[in-house]
Amino acid sequence: MTAARRLVLFHLWTAFAAFAAASVLGAWQMWMRSPLRPPFATPDNYFLSVTAHGTAMAYVLTTFFVMGFGYYVAETALGRPIPQPRLAWAGFWIALFGTLMAVLSILSGRASVLYTFYPPITATPFFYIGLVLVVVGSWIWVALMVLAMAQWKRAEPGKAVPLAMFATVANAIMWAWTTVGVAAELLFQIIPASLGLVQSIDVGMSRTLFSWTLHAIVYFWLFPAYIAFYTMAPEAAGGRLYSDTMGRLTFVLFLIYSLPVGMHHLFMDPEHSTGFKFLQMVLTAFVAAPTLLTVFTITASMEIAGRLAGGKGLFGWIGALPWHRPMVLATGLSFLMLFFGGGGGLVNMAYGMNAMVHNTSWVTAHFHLIFGGTVVTMYFAIAYAIWPTLTGRQAGRFRRQRLQLWLWFIGMMVTTLPWHWLGLRGQWRRVALFDYTNPAIAAWGPLVIVSFVGGLVMLASALLFVANLADKNAALIRDPVIRYARPYHEAHRIPASLNGFGLWNAVVAVLMLAAYGWPIAQFIVNPSPSAVVHRVDR
Amino acid sequence: MAASEEDVLRTEIRWSFVVFAATALILISILYAGLVHGINPPSNIETVDPKTLHLSGEFTEGNLGTRVEADGGVTVRVVTTQFAFVPQCVVVPTDRKVTLRFASPDVIHGVLVAGTNVNTMVIPGYVSQVHTTFKTTGDLLTPCHEFCGLGHSQMWAIVRAVAPADFKPDAQGRAACDGR
Repeated sequence: MTAARRLVLFHLWTAFAAFAAASVLGAWQMWMRSPLRPPFATPDNYFLSVTAHGTAMAYVLTTFFVMGFGYYVAETALGRPIPQPRLAWAGFWIALFGTLMAVLSILSGRASVLYTFYPPITATPFFYIGLVLVVVGSWIWVALMVLAMAQWKRAEPGKAVPLAMFATVANAIMWAWTTVGVAAELLFQIIPASLGLVQSIDVGMSRTLFSWTLHAIVYFWLFPAYIAFYTMAPEAAGGRLYSDTMGRLTFVLFLIYSLPVGMHHLFMDPEHSTGFKFLQMVLTAFVAAPTLLTVFTITASMEIAGRLAGGKGLFGWIGALPWHRPMVLATGLSFLMLFFGGGGGLVNMAYGMNAMVHNTSWVTAHFHLIFGGTVVTMYFAIAYAIWPTLTGRQAGRFRRQRLQLWLWFIGMMVTTLPWHWLGLRGQWRRVALFDYTNPAIAAWGPLVIVSFVGGLVMLASALLFVANLADKNAALIRDPVIRYARPYHEAHRIPASLNGFGLWNAVVAVLMLAAYGWPIAQFIVNPSPSAVVHRVDR
Repeated sequence: MAASEEDVLRTEIRWSFVVFAATALILISILYAGLVHGINPPSNIETVDPKTLHLSGEFTEGNLGTRVEADGGVTVRVVTTQFAFVPQCVVVPTDRKVTLRFASPDVIHGVLVAGTNVNTMVIPGYVSQVHTTFKTTGDLLTPCHEFCGLGHSQMWAIVRAVAPADFKPDAQGRAACDGR
């Protein structure tokens, strides 16, 4: 059993409690947007719910899951206790306290600004301060991950850092960079406005700072999924990781290309020039590279497993894979959703075509497929895989685990495929109530109902997931261990650049300076007229 | 089955070329659309003070709506505000270059005209400008697509695209939905 199991379990249960509550809200929101009107259907409740859903899914589920999984990997992949467990607990309690502060602010109805804030609309300061505390807790985690790897390297000079830990530290370092943007926006612009210290906000600046965070944060959420692809799925399938080096390269590419690309969220904004939009679009295109490399390497790893299991011919190995194992099934479903979500993403990033889909349901569909689909499916699979080493029990029966994964996949597809279509028809985002008596949108009604049904299927899956984890009658596992996939060829000599992050931090700094230097400096050199603060908390 | 370390490396490098080629193809397509067809995002970086835009300049009440400029171009000026477009309906001719200019006196809004390439954020502090040519006649759905407060869902307008023959600006070059 894992020594830090209490620490990890506290993180994961916080994450999944937020996930379950947010799933209920998500289904209710789809009900409200459909022609069938649910109880409590007022815009106030809707935007309160959307704020809670976004905050819980994007900030609470993810941050706590990534932290908990990070501690788990640090102990199990490095084979030594995590450093400074007391600090880790302090980080947890700070982040939990911040979460409760933000949640109570939202429930009081004084923070209905959605999880992406939209200044000059301004909520109660407790909402923002709560979220800052979540980030502060995660900074402690960042420091501990870096420390854990440094201590291990000192103890094992010249050895390659295990891939799972290398990736975890890549994520921790990327996250430290990522939070700079939103932290600056909150600390220097929004919180002073929210406290009444300033009466106006430079909105161009705040949007630019938030965009700094906005793409990389998604990769922060996504890293655990990729860690599972590389270090868990090949093992579960009974094969080997095709290339350890490619894994390292992928995680380094994520670190450097996730950051200088956030302006692709601002293609339709008037405060930036075409030149910088184009530059960040080109860098965004490079982000496709680590994902395409991953698809290849993981497929090759699966092929090794399939052929070892007796699969023959060009595609015969696919059928020979042990699809009954939840990790293998989840990887397959995750890849399918990545195909659709990634395709949609290529349309979003094409900065001219973006005009067809910006702020329509297409975008909502895209990030639900990528995050809710590809990523969260792997959160499920990781939880199922590591649960025995945390609790001594399997997380429910395998049959129920598979059912839960399938329901999530089906629900996600049924929800998001109509959203893509509606987005192309012009269905815009963040709408509480659609007036279906208007002939221009009357035809959308049935498709929105289909999405609502998909939402219900996802809700059923979310509840089954929690029930599986909490199953007290599940089989006891004696001496549970987690095994990370061994590479097809062991990494004997590894260049220092693929065993640490000094060089890559310098590369990130240069890229960020090029991509964001002037776009941020312009607001200081040529200040634009600021906008009067609009409070929603009184 | 037995692939040497060099085989693995060679295979991965080969695939990397495929990835590079695919990425390059995507970028070339976008560059082509941008340079040849002029498909670029709105990026005019033009400031306007949200606190005073209703007092003087092009976004005062009398200047809003559709106007044929001295050079023959058609310009539409709209103020987006919690929770309405001013004016609520604008008329535009089809098959003719139209410039739309938006400004917000309060919070962030966004505009899209369904079925066209008109899509922009409206950021207080800036004028958002979009060029387009409307291809079909009819009342086009024009919602605010960015969260702007609890009344966001009620905020939408109509762009009435009419055939060139039905587009009848008055002596000052102005045209409005009620036929003035």
